[in-house]
Order: sequence, then structure tokens, then C-alpha cells
Amino acid sequence: MGLKELFNKLTHKTQPSKDQAPTHWIKCPSCGALSFYKEVLKENNTCPKCGYHFRMSAEDRIKLLADEGSFEEYDKNLEPVDPLHFVDKKSYQKRIQEGYKKTGRKSSAISGECKINGVLTQLVVFDFAFMGGSLSSVEGEKIVRAVNRALNKKTGLVIVSASGGARMQESTFSLMQMAKTSVALSSLAQAKLPYISVLTDPTMGGVSASFAFLGDFIIAEPGAMIGFAGARVIKQTIKEELPEGFQRAEFLLEHGLIDMIVKRDELKTTISDILLFTNTPSK
Amino acid sequence: MLYLDFEKKIEEIQKELEVAKIKNDEAAVALYQKELDSEIKKTYSNLTPYQKLQLARHQDRPHAIDYIDMIMTNKYEIHGDRHFADDKAIIAFMGYIDDQKTIVIAEEKGRGTKDKIYRNFGMPNPEGYRKALRIALLAEKFDIPVLFLIDTPGAFPGIGAEERGQSEAIAKNLFELANLKVPTVSIVIGEGGSGGALAIGVADKIAMMKYSVFSVISPEGCAAILWGDNTKIQTATKALKISAEDLKEEELIDDIIDEPLEGAHRNPQEAANNLKEYYLKTISQLKQLPKDELIQKRYEKYLNYGKYKEE
Ligand SMILES: [Zn+2]
Repeated sequence: MGLKELFNKLTHKTQPSKDQAPTHWIKCPSCGALSFYKEVLKENNTCPKCGYHFRMSAEDRIKLLADEGSFEEYDKNLEPVDPLHFVDKKSYQKRIQEGYKKTGRKSSAISGECKINGVLTQLVVFDFAFMGGSLSSVEGEKIVRAVNRALNKKTGLVIVSASGGARMQESTFSLMQMAKTSVALSSLAQAKLPYISVLTDPTMGGVSASFAFLGDFIIAEPGAMIGFAGARVIKQTIKEELPEGFQRAEFLLEHGLIDMIVKRDELKTTISDILLFTNTPSK
Repeated sequence: MLYLDFEKKIEEIQKELEVAKIKNDEAAVALYQKELDSEIKKTYSNLTPYQKLQLARHQDRPHAIDYIDMIMTNKYEIHGDRHFADDKAIIAFMGYIDDQKTIVIAEEKGRGTKDKIYRNFGMPNPEGYRKALRIALLAEKFDIPVLFLIDTPGAFPGIGAEERGQSEAIAKNLFELANLKVPTVSIVIGEGGSGGALAIGVADKIAMMKYSVFSVISPEGCAAILWGDNTKIQTATKALKISAEDLKEEELIDDIIDEPLEGAHRNPQEAANNLKEYYLKTISQLKQLPKDELIQKRYEKYLNYGKYKEE
């Protein structure tokens, strides 16, 4: 799963909170340049010097992709129930509350309907800031309902992943969400409706090994870490150093695992072009 | 036979019993036998979650290959994903269980150091999952039911596995097995480790052997990540609720298959008979359903998984 490693390695990349933003300086982990956060925001959370893609919140992602004012959220009132009364160093309940304070949500995903350059579509966006973007019963159900809306309205589906994998605190309930979402997506495939999967930093474990890799089109953001097993677990198992760029988007493209790498400023157009190409009558 | 730490007392009484038998001391034999039976009953009716995990991983526990030998006749092993390799962690046999034609697709951990390495400790690479899918589709083509036997610590975490798309291979199986137009039964016989297990776990019925486990992450991995402490395995095992009994109670599996009280390894033939009986009974029920209804029911089952509230 590699969640812990992802946390340790990647927390410095998380975007600063909104109230810090106006005066906040941010250092690019890729080129080391110091930029005004305002400048980074203007570039859709990328480094103005080298184009490095910072992580972004689900809200910012929706702003990036959905036509202004077109996004209508669904299933906002789905909440986790802690089916196993799970307590590790903290209780699951406490972790949910902490995530809620941080993001204003009790789920790692926002689901809704919107227009993308005028094309009506279902959109599900994961946010790493809520419990590492993990997949639990709530997120699984949101995806199933998004698929059902796509089926009813004959629209496409876009899922933007940013996740460490299945949520351990829901144990086998979470594991089964991998099968649940995959089963739902097979209905969408039978209806010949397009599903675009966008892999952002990071997309790992049970999310990677279910809906994220079932897209008709799989798009990754530059530099995103994508894989099944975490790098630490792999290193421990094989006792070898990992190759340069291992599990980065570019590595996956080279190995034939994804369709394309798309920079953030071109993502919206690419998605609407694919939706138009696949879901309108052919001439 | 290896005794586990919690079986020390059973082992001691067993030794005394053997001695009494050699001495032909009938009174002592009767006494020790009685003591042994009651000790076994006491120990096994109060197993902790971690003790169940120890049984699931017991070195003498029957593996897929043992069950296949005990329940299948007139069988042939079939190999390969037709693209890259023959993954030895996944085995496939076509043959008969009584007179029921069946294709068995299973995870095999291997026994003994050499064989474990040959089987990669039951951790499949992407080609293993692709082999499983190829053969499942073959079963569909000839309208033959599939029995999946799950026994893996998880999908292999390696460089090659990532290069060849471990995630895609698992995801593809979840997607395709949902639509397989033959009755399917998946049984966890030992360890059901995460997505690597689920990749052959999408079926009309999921059952678990009494002392098997099925989990989203290994208790070791969970202890390291959530507790930041590798020694918290027992705590993590308990918290994750991974035993057959727990999962049946949560309705995450359909059935539990009984084992001998002291575990399948104490009487593999009895465990195999139970597994076979369950499979044949279940398949004969599933075969009654028209194919579209079969798949509809399978869909509904998976779409219903999950617990949440809606305010
Ligand atoms: Zn930079």
C-alpha cells in the first residue's frame, strides 16, 4: 500500500491553505525555485519556472475542469459509519473529524455533474488531503451512483484519482469497493459510454488496481506517482535500488500502461475533445 | 507436525498419551485421551484473531495443489498467459469433481524453501492474473464452471510487476470476472491478501475455510503503517476483523466451510471433503439460474457491498 511512505515523502507538496496563500512563498521540489503562491495558483498549481505539478484540492480541480457555475454536486450527504469501530493510534472517528476540519468534507471524493467545454459529464474527483484520498464505502458508493447517472443520462464519466489506496480503517469493506466500482464500470462499458480516468499524484494500491486502470482512456499528469505497491515495500521485498523515475507517469507511458501524459493547462480541452470524439454521432 | 505456541499444552498431553500407548497402560491412555479432547476443545473454542491467523498460515496447512489432488480426477494442468510467461504462483487444472466438469484456478504458495521460491511464495505477477483470466474465459467458452482457490499474501511487489501493469492486471480481472457467463465459486483456503486475492475473488459465491483470513492489507503492513510499530501485529489483526467468522457476520462473504476442530492440516482429507461438498452443492444451485439472472445477481451482490449513512 505504501501509504505511510507517500505521506512522509509527499506532504511537503500539498498546497498551502487558502488563508496563507496571498503572502505565502512556495518552494518547488523539482527545480528549487521560490515562487509567490499567487503565481503558482495562477498557473493551476504548477511551478511557474519548470512546470512542476503541485497537488491540488478537489475544489480547485473542479474549478479547473468544469465550466463556470456548471458543477452540481451529488451524494454530498453520504458519510462514513466506522463499521468496525476501528481504533489505531487514533480512532477512525477522530480521523474523519480531522479530515472534515481540513477539507470541509467527510469523504475523500466529490461527485457531481458538470459541463466540460459545454459537454455534459459525470465527474468524480479525489482529494489526497482527506485521509490520503483513500477509498472506503462512501467513495465506492459515490462512484456507483455516478455511473448510474451516466447510464441514465447517456453521458461520459471522468474520475480524477489522487489516492494512497483502500482505506484500512474499513478493512474488507474497503477492499470490496475495488470489486464494487469495477462491476459498476462494466455496466458503463456495456452501454458504450466513455470513461476517462485521470491519474494524478499519487494513484496507488486498491484505487490503482480497480477503477483507475479501467478507463477507456487513461491520462496521467506529468510526474505523478502511479503504481500498485509502494516503493518502500518493493525495496524491502527485492532488496534492490529502484530505477530512476520508477512509477512516475513517464515510466508508465514508456511501459505502455497509460494513453497519454497531459499537462494541467491542457487537461480540460483534452477531456472534452475525447468526450466529443467518443460520445457524439460519428460523421 | 508443528505445534503452535498456543498448542503447547496439547502437545504435552499428546506426548504423554503416546508414552502411555507404548507402555500399553490402558487406564493412562483413557485418562490422557480424555484430557487431550477437553484441552483441544477448550483451546479451539476460544481462539484469538491472531491465533486464527497463525492457523491460516500454518506451514502444514493444505494448499491449493493438495485440495486439487484430493478433489479432482482425470485432470490436466494448463499453463500460461499466452503473452509473457507461465506464472507459477497461479495454477490451473481442468478435470472432474465427482462428475462435475470444472476448471480450478488457484494461488499456490509452495511448500519447502525450494518450492516456495519456485511459486514465488504464492505472490502472482501480472502474468499470473492474466493467466487466470485467459483460462476463466476458456471455461466460459466451453460452459464449464470455475472454482477459484485463494491463498496468497498478496500480489507481488516488484519492479517487473509494476512495469508490466500489476494494477491493470488486477483491475481487469475484477471487471471481466463480473461478467463471466458461467457459475463461479471462490474459496479462501488460507490467506486472502488484499487486491492480489480479490483478483480471483469476484464470483457468484465467496466462501472461506473456517480458519482462513481475508484482508485489505496484511496485519504486518497495517501495524507498520497505522501504528508505526511492527510489533503491533496482534492488535492490527484484531482491529481488521479478518477471520471467516467476522466476515460472515458482516455479510462480506457468503459462507464458511467447516474444518477439523484443530485446523485443516490435522485432517486434510476431511477439509477437502467439506470443500468439495460445498462446491458441488453450490454449483448445482447456480446451474439452475439462467445466465443473465446469474450475472444480474452477481452484480447486485457486489454493488451492495459497503456501509455508509445518508443524512
Ligand atoms: Zn519548479
